[in-house]
Amino acid sequence: MSESASTPPRPPEPRARSAGPAAIEVSHLTKTFGARTAVDDVSFSVARGEVFGFLGPNGAGKTTTVRILGTLIAPTAGSAVVAGLPLGPASAAEIRQRISIMPEAPGLYRRLTVTENLEYFARLYGLPRREQRITEALAAVGLADRAYDLTGNLSKGLWQRAALARTLLNDPSVMFLDEPTSGLDPVAAHEVHVLITALRGRGVTIFLTTHRLDEAERLCDRVAIMNTKLRTIGRPDELRQTLFNRSLAVSIAAPLAHPGQVFAGLDWRVASDQPASSADSRPASYLLTVTDPAQAAPAVTRALVAAGADVLSIAESRHTLEDVYLELVQDTEGGAR
Amino acid sequence: MSVSATRIGAVIRKELAEFQRNRFIVVTASIVPILFLVSPTAQILSLKATVLSTVLRKRVETGLFLPLLIPVLVPSILAAYAVVGEREQGTLEPVLTTPITRVEFLLGKAAAIFLPAIGVSYLMFGVFVAITQFAAASPVATAVLHAPQLPAALIFIPLLAAWAIWAGLAISARATDTRVAQQLGTLASLPPVAVAALMSFNVISPTFTVAAVMAGVLLAVDVLACFAVAQLFDREGLITGTKSTGGSYRVRGAS
Repeated sequence: MSESASTPPRPPEPRARSAGPAAIEVSHLTKTFGARTAVDDVSFSVARGEVFGFLGPNGAGKTTTVRILGTLIAPTAGSAVVAGLPLGPASAAEIRQRISIMPEAPGLYRRLTVTENLEYFARLYGLPRREQRITEALAAVGLADRAYDLTGNLSKGLWQRAALARTLLNDPSVMFLDEPTSGLDPVAAHEVHVLITALRGRGVTIFLTTHRLDEAERLCDRVAIMNTKLRTIGRPDELRQTLFNRSLAVSIAAPLAHPGQVFAGLDWRVASDQPASSADSRPASYLLTVTDPAQAAPAVTRALVAAGADVLSIAESRHTLEDVYLELVQDTEGGAR
Repeated sequence: MSVSATRIGAVIRKELAEFQRNRFIVVTASIVPILFLVSPTAQILSLKATVLSTVLRKRVETGLFLPLLIPVLVPSILAAYAVVGEREQGTLEPVLTTPITRVEFLLGKAAAIFLPAIGVSYLMFGVFVAITQFAAASPVATAVLHAPQLPAALIFIPLLAAWAIWAGLAISARATDTRVAQQLGTLASLPPVAVAALMSFNVISPTFTVAAVMAGVLLAVDVLACFAVAQLFDREGLITGTKSTGGSYRVRGAS
């Protein structure tokens, strides 16, 4: 990782996903624990080589879904295909051979060195050329110089890296990463992002569970937002467009005396915490709902200038993935209440 | 159901490496055997050549019985930690995401405990017998060497250890706390010791036939216990802390 750490992760560019069967195909998956439903009739598919973000609040069923797809627990109902194999007892061992899972808790043996930990897992996978695989995995996460340190002596960030190295050992076609940057400082988190981007470049399918919406937006081709049920799924920009109208954010030197006249024919509102009185000399901001921001901006600018306003800025207002998330999750929780 | 020797070997290697670096385990595995060696050895060495035959017999019985507690207590402590300990430190889930089967996992754990446990037990027995032969009065040394309990004890050491391991693993697979698991594991490992005690103290005459039958029964129980523990090892329950509801992964041993 150290070698490529200076290269920032690529922004999420729409990329052609691999043709052929999906890496993960989930159909009406349900899991109950007694009377509690953890995952409720969830269906989605993840293409090969895709970075798929799986978002949701605590208790939304994200980890349960990962555990089902990782063959750790059995679904109550529904079916799934993982790494080309149908989920079930007959194929569970083979699926585990083809995938890797990094749980939220890194789960390393403190009394063993980093290499001993990896050696153990390499043997459990029955890997040939173990030494070479371990060396490559350690190099990929920038941990080669700590290979013979006791794991218990490592910092949390290095633990996370060692756990990531473990998930690379078996050269998986599908990786499930559960909160891989949880508790990491920004530099360490950035390095994990770089690694995920590199894995994506190698065609590895990554199923990323995260609470960090900026991380999901930056890394993921598509995201699913879940709250026991699947709330939505799509590319971050698609979700923004689906949920929110496009708008122009206008900032001017002082509030308009008659904004309704200036913005005639447009749906507009004063941006929050802004002065509304024209007597106020502080800058004011307005949000205008438009069909096409690029087309509307010149006309709005002309109208503002004609009204004597000093325009400070005018730009498309971009909703973040966080806006999408909050809209969907709060809607669900509000409905539940 | 195929069993991978590589994966079992991996678990054994890892466990032994961890044991060596775990101070609690090293201290426990050292103090318990020494305690059960020092006491009977001291009792035997205190006997004079003119000791009454009834006193001699009782001391020899006790002397040969106490070391039998070593293959019970040492593995029960280690086995009780084996599963719940991994669960507590968060290492169980990553292991179960690999292709290892529960049978391989349990056999690896059991073997890693069994090998050092019987090694220490035989070593302590050997030391006990050697000391009595070199340092005890002549009639006392002869009585120890020719006691019928001696070969019986040698047969019972691995069988008792196996029972203690499976009982400990069974409890560890179901327990939520290491200390509780260790306490229950020690208790659960004691019943077969009662059989050994009955023979050691001549309540059941320790003839070869009786010892062989008892050993056969204990061996059968050990084998059955192995399968029973594999059934108790509920992958889903261990990870989620709930009872398996899906069931399909639990039924097949290969998973």
